[in-house]
Amino acid sequence: MTYLLLFYEFFKTGLFAIGGGMATIPFLYEISQRYPAWFSEAMILDMIAISESTPGPIGINMATYAGFRTAGVLGGVVATTGLVLPSIIIIIIIANFLERFKDSQLVKDAFYGLRPAVTALIAAAGFNVIKVSLLNLDLYQTSGMLSNVFNIKGILLFAVLFFLTNKIERHPVVYIGAAALFGVCTGNIF
Amino acid sequence: MKELLELFWIFCKTGAVTFGGGYAMLPMFQNELVYKRHWVTEEEILDYYAIGQCTPGIIAVNTATFVGYKRKGVSGALIATAGIVFPSLVIITIIAAFIQNFADLEIVQNAFEGIRVAVSVLIANAVINLWKSGVKDKAGVFAFFVVLVMSLWFNLSPILIVIFAVLFGVIIMKVKRRGERP
Repeated sequence: MTYLLLFYEFFKTGLFAIGGGMATIPFLYEISQRYPAWFSEAMILDMIAISESTPGPIGINMATYAGFRTAGVLGGVVATTGLVLPSIIIIIIIANFLERFKDSQLVKDAFYGLRPAVTALIAAAGFNVIKVSLLNLDLYQTSGMLSNVFNIKGILLFAVLFFLTNKIERHPVVYIGAAALFGVCTGNIF
Repeated sequence: MKELLELFWIFCKTGAVTFGGGYAMLPMFQNELVYKRHWVTEEEILDYYAIGQCTPGIIAVNTATFVGYKRKGVSGALIATAGIVFPSLVIITIIAAFIQNFADLEIVQNAFEGIRVAVSVLIANAVINLWKSGVKDKAGVFAFFVVLVMSLWFNLSPILIVIFAVLFGVIIMKVKRRGERP
């Protein structure tokens, strides 16, 4: 039954996540809210990090990871199959009338609305990510001290990495590796 | 049969060695498919990419499906897609299994605390780039903030948002064209 649900959820994601790997993130959030036992919101961040640091399309990596965490090796295969099946069907259909699709005004118009919406969806997912990585909401709730809300170490690291990624272009894996090292080295200091 | 194996092998290779998703794979596809084997032309590859961007799914997968379908029909499409997916499936399964066993170690938890911040930065950069290329006028800014509010505070499903966004684009552009006509 879990396999069927996994397939169904990732099929939906594959059908509606338009515009690359990051576009799958809002759908992963929705899945984690609906099926908290599969994976947590914090785990989505780990998934993104692992997907960005390994070869292959990011969307596929996320589906495999989520499926595996939920239902083992077969779960990974089922989730990935679900994710790619809509593209396979749609592309085979489009391949038969490629020229007409390419110049279609309707497709261009649809994208006029889709681009800002997809940007906003990913931004909303980004806010959730920042909530987990830069704020200490749990600590604030238990201690009640306002100064505990902000994860100062995280915010500092965010500022430095944001500056560096926009100054020097390196593969994401470089920054992920550096951040991991920073986390290990400062883990017991703050 | 030989060509099916070749299809699987080419896409499997590409999936195994390229970090960073669809765009990183473009030069590799050009090299293998256009220059070496002459299976598709340069223009066809760019067309596949353009379509990959405006259809659901992953660009690299869509390109694999296209090329496979062009060479060998439906079975070619399936084999090429299986090829591009296979390395990720193996690599990620191994990593996921590995992490499950080490997730409780303090050092791993500290590492992930740093990694999560890096992921926040990557997403922030992705949003900035998407904004630059996709939000071009007032209607775009309006759509962006409506979706942001709907998604953050009202928890509206991304599926509904995608459907509404398509309708919004089609309607706005129709109204615009009507306005331009004398």
